[in-house]
Amino acid sequence: MSMTEDSQTPEASTPVETLTTETTPKMIGRDVSVFYADKQALFDVDIDIVEKEVTALIGPSGCGKSTFLRCMNRMNDVIEGCSVTGTISMDDGDIYDPKVDVVQLRARVGMVFQKPNPFPKSIYENVAYGPRIHGLAANKAEMDAIVESSLRRASLWEEVKDRLEQPGTGLSGGQQQRLCIARAIAVEPEVILMDEPCSALDPIATARIEELIHELRENFTIVIVTHSMQQAARVSQKTAFFHLGNLVEYGETEVLFTNPSDERTQGYITGRFG
Amino acid sequence: MNLAILLAAVLLLALYSYALGRGRALGQTTGHPSELHSRPGYYGTYTALWSVIPALLVIAIWLMAEGVIVEGLVVASLPQAQQDLPNAQLGLLLNDIRNVASGAFSAEQAEPFVRAAAERYNGLRLTSFIGMAAIAVLLAVIGLYWARRAIDPGLRARNAVERIVMVFLVAASTIAIFTTVGIVLSLLFEAWRFFSQVPFYEFLFGLQWSPQIALRADQVGSSGAFGAVPIFAGTLLISFIAMVVAVPVGLMSAIYMAEYATPKFRSFVKPLLEVLAGIPTVVYGFFAALTVAPQIRGFGESFGLDVASESALAAGLVMGIMIIPFVSSLSDDVISAVPRSLREGSYGMGATKSETIVRVILPAALPGIVGSILLAVSRAIGETMIVVMAAGLAANLTANPFQAVTTVTVQIVTLLVGDQEFDSPKTLAAFALGLVLFFITLCLNVIALHVVRKYREQYD
Ligand SMILES: Nc1ncnc2c1ncn2[C@@H]1O[C@H](COP(=O)(O)OP(=O)(O)O)[C@@H](O)[C@H]1O
Ligand SMILES: [Mg+2]
Repeated sequence: MSMTEDSQTPEASTPVETLTTETTPKMIGRDVSVFYADKQALFDVDIDIVEKEVTALIGPSGCGKSTFLRCMNRMNDVIEGCSVTGTISMDDGDIYDPKVDVVQLRARVGMVFQKPNPFPKSIYENVAYGPRIHGLAANKAEMDAIVESSLRRASLWEEVKDRLEQPGTGLSGGQQQRLCIARAIAVEPEVILMDEPCSALDPIATARIEELIHELRENFTIVIVTHSMQQAARVSQKTAFFHLGNLVEYGETEVLFTNPSDERTQGYITGRFG
Repeated sequence: MNLAILLAAVLLLALYSYALGRGRALGQTTGHPSELHSRPGYYGTYTALWSVIPALLVIAIWLMAEGVIVEGLVVASLPQAQQDLPNAQLGLLLNDIRNVASGAFSAEQAEPFVRAAAERYNGLRLTSFIGMAAIAVLLAVIGLYWARRAIDPGLRARNAVERIVMVFLVAASTIAIFTTVGIVLSLLFEAWRFFSQVPFYEFLFGLQWSPQIALRADQVGSSGAFGAVPIFAGTLLISFIAMVVAVPVGLMSAIYMAEYATPKFRSFVKPLLEVLAGIPTVVYGFFAALTVAPQIRGFGESFGLDVASESALAAGLVMGIMIIPFVSSLSDDVISAVPRSLREGSYGMGATKSETIVRVILPAALPGIVGSILLAVSRAIGETMIVVMAAGLAANLTANPFQAVTTVTVQIVTLLVGDQEFDSPKTLAAFALGLVLFFITLCLNVIALHVVRKYREQYD
């Protein structure tokens, strides 16, 4: 197993290295392993997340996609018995450095979850939540401006501008998810992590979110976990294929889907397993 | 004794009907139970219910009516002089007759007409019992026969049994409702009598509470004063002190248990906290009167304060401890029910644990927490024992927690203990107090239930 892994990794990362000459990596993971108690869930993952691009993480369920995603904003810290080894750096700083403030990190690396999880507060308060915590607005007018621009960027403004005081939980599933995206971008993060953001949504709502991801790419670096290979192909520039806790192949989305270099990737994208 | 035998007979008959019904249903198939509409057991139950229910109904109604009818007949057979006795004395006489009849009094010492009546009483009871037994058994047999005839493979026995079960459940749930209605009616009735003697506004707004009615007209305080304000104020004061103790402590321990404690610690501590609610209130009363009150007195005096040996503070503090589990246990459940996804959403925004608790979890759980607090308040208002022992009986109108006060429940107890006339304003006042108290706790409970229900809808 580790033999094939070693022989795969250089091949897999080759296209990235050629690319990094023109684009800068925003986050770099090296030898990232994750253990839940004694069980290892992720094995020596090396990955470069490129700035202002969408990186898709695909793979059969249980292969460690969410686990890796949660490493990138240290959400695994709150899980009891979970430990992370290796390094993940962001703009040259190790995010697992004990000196790093998790609060600050999570302001820079936002997260959108699988199930829309608006707080049981008004739409306005949902979006204002992050800015309040991080003290981003000096007064009400500034807060209003942040809320409006976040909702606009999440293309939700037109639908909710007349009912900002109503509870966020009253929106439809797709609107709730866009509200969660607005909530995440309200603190101006640099990276947005999305864990299967469309898996609880219908096809129309999914299409809107995908459209939104396209727009957000201009300003944010996005890492998205998805179950759907079509979605990965539609929204991402880079794709990483995980299998049984290993990063099997990572590269240009187009290349990975048309000409995978590993037979496990081949098997997965042609639907032979997973 | 005879009744027990009768009931046993009816139940035996039920067992027999069960076997019979089941057997007959099976006998009508060519050997496979699936030819029946329902499983064979349902046919058995169907038959058994048909034979038992009418019989039991007859027995129940008979027993309820028997007493009145038999007594009526016995009274009718008494000499005219006794029949004309006033009701209360007639009741005593009937008691004698019953005692003689059951052999509790020896018949020799009784007057002849009592002895005769007792004999007649026994005779009537025996006839009545035989009649009842005959009718019950007859009905059971008829029911059995009828149900057995009705059985055929197409009979929807399961649906019929389900319907009967439902009727039983409805009957059971209405018992509680009827009891409540009965209590309210009796309260209303007695309170009405009270208000016909003491004006309503005087009761509700009067500032003086001294319910002693003098024995002689020229005694001091002969009129009595029924202004309920001081005792409602006392109730409020003590409940308030109790809530000041219970809400913060209970809420914080709930937060600790739900958010910080390890599951192991929680499963150990939560039942332990709930034990607090199981300690008899009398024991809390000792504690308040013998330990806490002197401490407070000593403490107050060291500051030069004038502290009564029985004080609202002592009762309130101890009551607060008693109701901690009401707040903590329910709030803990409510806080734990806040979905994990909300916590993660908040952590994902960079919120710390305490920010998440204050800004997301508590607001989300607030309606449930309010519900738990309201339930605790109604518990505090209804609490009696601790107050009797620690806060005294003096109806002082004061907001000073170092003074003795009294509460509504305590006054009800003191008004009703001992020998009382049941038509003096003094005793009737207890019902008026009870009515108002009932109304207050009812409102609190309705609000609490409403709030809790609203909370439930939030995550469904
Ligand atoms: N909190 C946890 N505790 C223990 N094991 C976990 C936990 N979360 C995930 N795992 C395990 O880690 C592995 C990877 O899970 P995950 O990252 O959620 O997979 P994916 O998102 O790719 O479906 C799985 O085997 C899963 O059982
Ligand atoms: Mg996952």
